[in-house]
Amino acid sequence: MEHPEKDGAEAVVSQRVADIVVAVGMFAIGVVMMVDNYHLGAGWAADGPQSGYFPFRIGAIICIASVAVLTQTLFYTKGGTEAFVTRARVKHVLLVFVPTVIYVFAIQWLGIYVASALLIAGFMRMMDKYSWLKTLVISVGVNAVLFWLFEIQFLVPLPKGPLEAFFGY
Amino acid sequence: MEDLSSLFHGFAVALTWYNVGMMAIGVVLGVVIGVLPGLGGPNGVAILLPLTFTMEPTSAIIMLSCIYWGTLFAGAITSILFNIPGESHSVATTFDGYPLAQQGRAGEALTSAFTGSFFGAFFAVLLITFLAPLVAKFALRFGPPEFFAVYLLTFCSFIGTGDRPFKTVISMMLGFGLAAIGMDTVSGELRMTFGWSELLRGVDFLVVVIGLFGVGEILITMEEGLAFKGKSAEINAKVVWQTWKKLPKYWLTLIRSSVVGCWMGITPGGATAASFMGYGIAKRFSPEAHKFGTGQLEGVIAPETAAHAAGTSALLPMLALGIPGSATAAVLLGGLMVWGLQPGPLLFVEQKDFVWGLIASMYLSNIAGLIIVLTTVPLFAAILRIPFSIIAPIIIALCAVGAYTVHNATLDIWFMVLFGALGYVLKKLEYPLAPLVLALVLGDRAENAFRQTMLASKGQLGIFWSNPLVGTITTLALLMLIWPLIALIWRKLRPASVRGSVIAAGQPRP
Repeated sequence: MEHPEKDGAEAVVSQRVADIVVAVGMFAIGVVMMVDNYHLGAGWAADGPQSGYFPFRIGAIICIASVAVLTQTLFYTKGGTEAFVTRARVKHVLLVFVPTVIYVFAIQWLGIYVASALLIAGFMRMMDKYSWLKTLVISVGVNAVLFWLFEIQFLVPLPKGPLEAFFGY
Repeated sequence: MEDLSSLFHGFAVALTWYNVGMMAIGVVLGVVIGVLPGLGGPNGVAILLPLTFTMEPTSAIIMLSCIYWGTLFAGAITSILFNIPGESHSVATTFDGYPLAQQGRAGEALTSAFTGSFFGAFFAVLLITFLAPLVAKFALRFGPPEFFAVYLLTFCSFIGTGDRPFKTVISMMLGFGLAAIGMDTVSGELRMTFGWSELLRGVDFLVVVIGLFGVGEILITMEEGLAFKGKSAEINAKVVWQTWKKLPKYWLTLIRSSVVGCWMGITPGGATAASFMGYGIAKRFSPEAHKFGTGQLEGVIAPETAAHAAGTSALLPMLALGIPGSATAAVLLGGLMVWGLQPGPLLFVEQKDFVWGLIASMYLSNIAGLIIVLTTVPLFAAILRIPFSIIAPIIIALCAVGAYTVHNATLDIWFMVLFGALGYVLKKLEYPLAPLVLALVLGDRAENAFRQTMLASKGQLGIFWSNPLVGTITTLALLMLIWPLIALIWRKLRPASVRGSVIAAGQPRP
């Protein structure tokens, strides 16, 4: 299934390492759940189980299961040295993920419509180098439709920024 | 026949212009959602759910369930024309569907896939019509211990039938953990908010679904760098008619796949497992088994019929017991609660219009769906040819809008991004995501059932065997839980020669 690429085919992390890291992370989550709910009271009160009773045990099960996954990966899985992601592919993923994070930041300042328009325009210019006209038509058009749908048709207010305020919304 | 008259009443509810319009919109939206990478049943319904808050519940569920049917139909389009399964349940459809398209028989493949889907769904709806009221009536006698035992059965069978039991457990427990965040509904105490007041209301499952399935899927699609170079979809009345003439030959496959699908849908095996089983069984019993994988109509019909039957029958336990059989059904169940309906067996007593309107709409919308997809396939195939640089940011924006509208909170958009990253990693490591969603939706209800049971028994676990009914369910649940172990021992005990031949049946001998 994996297509080795000429450049950047080297693994950033192997499947095995990724599996181990995630299992350890899950174990940590389990521990946090157990500690927090232990403080809340994971035992038995006069009126039945305390608030932490159920989540405490859930946390314990996460710990046990992640140890099991860890053991399986470490001792019973042969190979696993194939790449979790290769260098070339991690670049592709970050090309989407980083703009998405910036986009969410932008929503807080510019409102969701302007931020979305910028996101769409950015992708169109960066990835496929569309002409400015096409970029403008699609990015503004999509958001005009969104605005009409949410603010006018369904009366669901979305986060708005200075531009919308300028038009009196 | 009290049920039949209820059903006719349901048709009266569903057959208003408004509701039929909702059906058509739902199916079309569903196919679009199913065809687009990054959008699928669970997150598509999750994004649109907030828009239905103000709608009448019956119309809302009709529209949302139609989106679900649409996504089920859509899986076949991408699998056959592009060799890309748009949804995991259509992976098995690519085995024979794409070869058929390569031979220029895409029209035949699509027609038989859609018709098979329709047959499977119809079978499942019939089952729902007659079985769901009985199950609900039976379940009216359930108290907290019985309900907890049924929840236990649901979760245990997920663990027992999955490929990776421990990863399934982790994913499921994460769901329970997320459900517990926020204010405890029984004592009013705050759990796992870590002093963060924004976490007071908890983490909404809709946001998690949009993140895991929406953003996570986009990241995976991006990584794989998919280029959609599809076969053209030539489909016309003549092709449809000629294919339909061939289909009666496969009646046994249709029925077998429907039965397998319904079974897998009611027990939460899910549509994906059902489609593989449907394909496997068809291959095993077919006289032309060796031709499977080279473009057999039967190899398209079998998985599609099973997947659609499973997807549809997943609504049976959701309606009758309040336990969804699939991730999308879980989101729909969440919708019920949002609209102010209490899921569970009482639904059949208290919300007759709602339940029977929905069931009647399933008959109608599957007929409408079949007509819509048969006539508009080229249009939907064209959507896939829109460059990813335009589709991807639009989907991300839609996900953000969907996440925000749940509680009008920007923090939820951050959660969406977080769960998107988590979904990407978990999916790549083959952690199943459906159990997480299911546990997140059912978490509070399962916990309450457990606490009420413990209150009644003063902490004695023996209450789960206190009467034959609850005892049977609990024992069954534990059996499902250790099923992988039983299967392992069984295989060890069987003579090696038998084992060898079973394995060899699946693949060519070296």
